[in-house]
Formats: sequence, C-alpha cells, structure tokens
Amino acid sequence: MNLALSDEQVFLREAARGALSRFKTLEAAREALDGDKDAMPDLWPTARDAGWPGLLIDEAHSGAGLDAFDAMLVLGECGRVLADIPLLGHLPATAILSDAPNASELLGDLATGERRAAYLPAQPPSELDERWSADPASGLARATLATATGGGEDGRVSVTGSFAFVPDAPGADVLVGVALLEGKPVGIAIDADAASVSVEAVSRYDSTRSLGHVSLDGASAMLLDAPEESLAAAWYLAQALIAAESLGSVETALDMSVAYAKERFTFGRAIGSYQAVKHSLTEVLRQLENGRSLLYYAGWARNGAPGEFPLAASAARSVGGRALDEAARTMISVHGGIGATWEHDAPLYFRRAQLSRRLLGGTAQATDRVAGELIAQASTG
Amino acid sequence: MDLDDTPEQAAYRVQVRSWLDEHKAEAPILQGPGAIEDEDQIIAARRAWQGKLAEGGLAGVTWPKEYGGQGLGPIEQVICNQEIGRAKVPGILDAIGVGMLGPTIIAHGAEEQKTRYLAALLHGDEVWCQLFSEPAAGSDLAAVQTRARQQDDGSWRLSGQKVWTTNAQFASYGLLLARTDADVPKHKGLTMFVVPMDGDGVTVRGLRQISGEAEFNEVFFDDVSLEEGAVVGGVGNGWGTALTTLMFERVTIGLGSEGMGYNSTRFAGAIAADEHARRDPEVRHQLGEISSELLAVRFTGYRTLTALQKGQIPGPEAGLAKVTIVSGAIKAGDLITDVIGPDALSEDSEWAYMISFLPGLKSAGGTEEILRNTIGERVLGLPPEPRLDKGIPFSELRSKEGAPA
Repeated sequence: MNLALSDEQVFLREAARGALSRFKTLEAAREALDGDKDAMPDLWPTARDAGWPGLLIDEAHSGAGLDAFDAMLVLGECGRVLADIPLLGHLPATAILSDAPNASELLGDLATGERRAAYLPAQPPSELDERWSADPASGLARATLATATGGGEDGRVSVTGSFAFVPDAPGADVLVGVALLEGKPVGIAIDADAASVSVEAVSRYDSTRSLGHVSLDGASAMLLDAPEESLAAAWYLAQALIAAESLGSVETALDMSVAYAKERFTFGRAIGSYQAVKHSLTEVLRQLENGRSLLYYAGWARNGAPGEFPLAASAARSVGGRALDEAARTMISVHGGIGATWEHDAPLYFRRAQLSRRLLGGTAQATDRVAGELIAQASTG
Repeated sequence: MDLDDTPEQAAYRVQVRSWLDEHKAEAPILQGPGAIEDEDQIIAARRAWQGKLAEGGLAGVTWPKEYGGQGLGPIEQVICNQEIGRAKVPGILDAIGVGMLGPTIIAHGAEEQKTRYLAALLHGDEVWCQLFSEPAAGSDLAAVQTRARQQDDGSWRLSGQKVWTTNAQFASYGLLLARTDADVPKHKGLTMFVVPMDGDGVTVRGLRQISGEAEFNEVFFDDVSLEEGAVVGGVGNGWGTALTTLMFERVTIGLGSEGMGYNSTRFAGAIAADEHARRDPEVRHQLGEISSELLAVRFTGYRTLTALQKGQIPGPEAGLAKVTIVSGAIKAGDLITDVIGPDALSEDSEWAYMISFLPGLKSAGGTEEILRNTIGERVLGLPPEPRLDKGIPFSELRSKEGAPA
C-alpha cells in the first residue's frame, strides 16, 4: 500500500508550479476577456522545455514514459493558475497513438512538442445509450459519431462527421480520435491541414480555454490499429485530466478564500471565525479531499485495474467538477460583493467552472457513468 | 503508487489466512442457518472467539508484544481485518477496548494496571466500555459533570451519568472521565478512572433508538466507591488522557470505515435490482453523486494508511471522511427507500434499520458541526470561534448557565 507521491512526482509538481509562476496567467485571462486576442501567453514552449507533451509517450519514442497520474499532477498545476496549455487535447491523443503500433512514427515529434495533437472526444456506449457519441454543438441529445468509409487497404479511410467544442483543436497539427467503420469504432489520425478538414476556433465564457468545432467532410485519415479498449480509455483519460485540472483550480480558490476569511473583519471578528463561513470553506475542503482521493484511484486504475478505470475516472470527474462549482461560488460569497466584480480573480475561476462543467460530455454524463458502471458490476455479481 | 502488499505484508497475510483456515470452524455463527439466537449466548460465544483470535495473534495486532500484542503496524491491522472479513467470521467483540481503551492504558496506565487489566481485555475475558459522553457533554466533552471526590483514605466517591455507552450491559470495566476539581478551568479539573461495572451504585439502562433497538446504554453512578489506584494517568490529567483515547478512536474509525457497510457496491445493488430505477436518469444521477463520494472515502482510507505506514498520525481531516460517509449513506437510504417504497420501511428491512440508525450517527464521535469547526481551525487555520469558557473555573461557568456545579 503506497499512495504517497514519489520524490520524482513531487519534483514534477514543484517544477510545474515554478515554470508556470513566471507567467501572469490571471491578468492575461482578464485582458483576453476584455477583447485582447493576443493577451494569452503562448505556454507551449514552456511545456516543451518541461517535457510535458511527451509525458505519456514511452522513452523509446522520445517521451518521458510516465503515467496518467503524473500527467494529472501537471494538469493540476495548470488548473491552479488557469494556464492555457493545450495538454487536455494533446495527452489523450498521444495515449491512443501510443497504443497503435502503426502510428509509432508520429510519436517522436508529438513527444518533443514539435507537433501538437488534439483528441476528438468520443464517448463510449453505456446502458442508456448504446452508441458511441460525440459532444453536440447544442442541446441535450448526444451527437452521432463520425463515420469512416473505405476498405483501409492502404491504411487509410475517409471520415465524415462533426465534433463540437474540441479542447485545444485550434492550431493542432494532428487530430486523433474515433470514428465508426461499418458500425465498429476505429482509431483515426488526421492531418489538421488536410483538405476537407475544418477547425473553427470557438470561445465561450472562459478566455483561458481554447476550443474548436471540427468538421470532417470525407477527410482522409490514417486508420490506427489501436484496440477498442484504448479508444474508450482515451475518453476516461480526458475525464481524469479535466478532473485534475479542476481540482487544481479548487486549491487556489480555497487558498484565496481562506486567506481572505482570516484578514477580513466584521463586527470585530475575522469572518473566518463565524461558523457559517468556516463550514462553507470546510465543505470545499471536503470535496477537494474527496476529489484528490479519486485522482489516486484513477491514476492507479489506468494500469493497475483497467476494468475500473471508467468508474474511477468518471467518479473523479464527477466530484472534481462539482468541487470546482462549489469552490468558485464559495470564493465569491466569502469575498462578498467584490468577489463578483472584475476587480477580483474569483470571476475567472467561476467562468472556468461554468465552461468545464459542460465540456467532454459534461460533469453530469460522468456522474451517470459512475452509476452505470456500478449497476453493471452489481448485475454481474 | 500501488495498492499491493510488500513481500513482508504478503507473508503476514498468508500467515493470518492460514490461521483462519485452520480455526474458522470454531467461530460462532451469528447469521443464517444454525445462528445463535440467545443474546447472552451470542456474547459468550463472541468473547470466547475473541480469546481464540488473541491466541492466534489476530487481536491486538498493533499492541506491544509485552502486553500480548503482535507489535505490528496499522497496515498489518488492516490486513488482519480484511482476512477476517474474507473468512466471513466475526471479528473481536470488544473493538472499543482493544482499539482505544487498552491502548490508552498502555500509554498512561500504571504498571499494576497494565498487568491487571490488559491481558484479560485482549482475550475478551473482561469487556470494557468507554464512559466519556454525558447528556450535557458530547461535542464539548470537557464539560463533563460526573463528579469524583477524594476521601480521606485516598479512595474516591463517584456520582453522575454517562450516555451512548456501547457494551455497558455486559462490560466488566469502564474507562471514565470525571471532574475532580470544579474550581479550575474545565479542561484542568478532569481525571480518568477505571470503574468496575459491577460496583455498588452502578446502574446500566438500555437506550432505545429510532429503530426501537437499544444499541447503547445510559449508565448511572450513585455514590460509587473507587480505589485510590483507579486513577489512570494522574489526577487532573484526565483531558490529556482522553485525547489519547480520541486519537486512537480516529485511527480505529480510519481503519474500519469500510466495515460499516455504507459502500457504493451495496447501494448500487439495491438500485440495480429494480428494472425501472436502474434506467431512470434521475435515480442514476443521485446514485452516481453518492457513489462517487463513497468511492473517494475508500481511497482516502488508503491515503490515511499510507500516512500511518510512514509513522504519521491521522489528523482531524479524517473527520471529513466521516461526514462524507454519513451524509452519503443518508442520501442513499432516502434514494433506495424512494425506489422500493413503503416496503423498505418494514420493521425487518435492512433499509429501515439503516435510515433509523444514521440520524444519530451524524452526531456520534462529535457532531458534524463540531467536526467542521475543528477542521476549519486545525486544517485550514481559520480563527477560532470566540469562546466564553476560556480560563474560567468550571463552577463559575456552571453558575452562569444557571445550574449548580
């Protein structure tokens, strides 16, 4: 039994915190919201210097050969300062490619960050929805997953379909995901600048999150020989990563709220001495600690118990997403009126919470998946 | 990061498992066909089984060897608990004595107390109970009013009332926190005693709860005589001694929370059994929220174990896991009862029992509000609630409250 961070993991986290501290990410986020399109610093060179693009790629292909939990530590640090680094899109894509022997020549450039990948999110089937599905551009109904045609004799297929709100798609060199070939899920990799590929950059509410609507209209794609489990695992990896990122944001929101509760006085007392304030902050801590524990579960399960990875990652997403919602709202209320104004950073975390909650299937889908996995377990004994 | 046994732990597991394989036929049957029904016989059989477990080294795993324990760590204790669960045999009867009260005596007791009490406690020959809480002293435990007055011959006379006392109806001894000096601030005037439960003036009365069952007791002390040697840890040091017990309580809860039966697998099973409910989005959403948090607590437990393995003592944040378990189980009980309907409230229903038990559990071991205060102050470092009892003699406090000390 050992759920402690290794020395290397502590170093990875501290190094990430140090590297990101050199940028004024929160100020940039506010300026970007004010319409300054160039305000957001390009953090990809920093990510490259640190080796983050290759976190999940093995050393034989120039990567770091680390595991999901290590990637989650880095995402947590990004979440702390709302750093806009396109790892949420890149890392699940590299995980699929790492499982596809015929894609190995792509890995080297992706590991060094010379090229960047984005994952086209595809939700695996569940008891209530037996199809693979994509995030819809609007509305509650899940979108039909893109279809692939062609025999794949030359190792290529033609893909048609749409993926809405794809994290980090703008500027990506390779799009990696899942399409249905004769009804069966297959892995695909597409050059983003190929004909019949359109990536429309979209921004919603949170200036620190790069998103794109991806349309494929008979786009030529490499057919990956990654197993179906790997295609499903990428979805859950993305869930775990956004959970880790959210919990990083919760840490900052809680730290700032606690600091303010100690220094702000009303009626002759620090407001943190009032039970109403103290209990709302311990509620954020409770949710944060639960989320942290589930990151360990997800980090362990990905290799230690792959059958539990969907449950573990979905539970982490569910708790992490709700924790960020709670933390952002608590931060605003603890700060009083100022917390709801542009003068304060709280709205930036609130905006992050609101958008994150609706991406990658949404927190609610993850919550449903937890129930589905447990019900399935109970049914099979 | 792993959940695996080290080679030493794996070897210990094999050792425990083989002992259980060899002896499990001797364990009392408490459920199903052939189960013992008579309450007294159950207790007698479980005491005897505790004795066998102790002889096999499966009780008092973390106790020092000189007091009959194995001198092992918390991980081995967990392995032992897991193997006992796997063998489907009862664990020790006196978990409170072995987990909390014995260790307090080991830490603070006099040599003659250790010699007199520990072996009999460990083997189940003498069951112990914890006499801390009172009707007017629960979360504010240092407000206990049970009074011990020293006599000229050095002996003590004890009067007062304790409550929420598990196992008092068959306990031989209790560890009791009493006020010995009301003229000093409340934390300073306390002393810990060993109290024989068969003494003159000790009355034990079952305390029935919502379910109708009496799982706890009230205990009354009417001028009970205690020997001078009944003091544990020194006169006036009762608060420090009590903190030791409460620290062991946290460890015991931290290591055993899965055993309470409030887990996602059980709750999901109840939902899965209903063909409509298992496909109902709202039911699934609630189940998913509840289960995610309960799964988290399992891994919080593993984090606690990792800390214990490194020699760290779990802090008050472990109390947050208790809040999560109780609030999660309350929501699960509501959900499952909504799904099943009034049949879930049948007197013999496991769900009726669970939803009856939980409202009280919310306050057990400190109310949720007090836990949140403690965690807010000790973990988050928030300023304390202003207190009106600091530095004031207990008798003065009591007169402010309009009552005699």
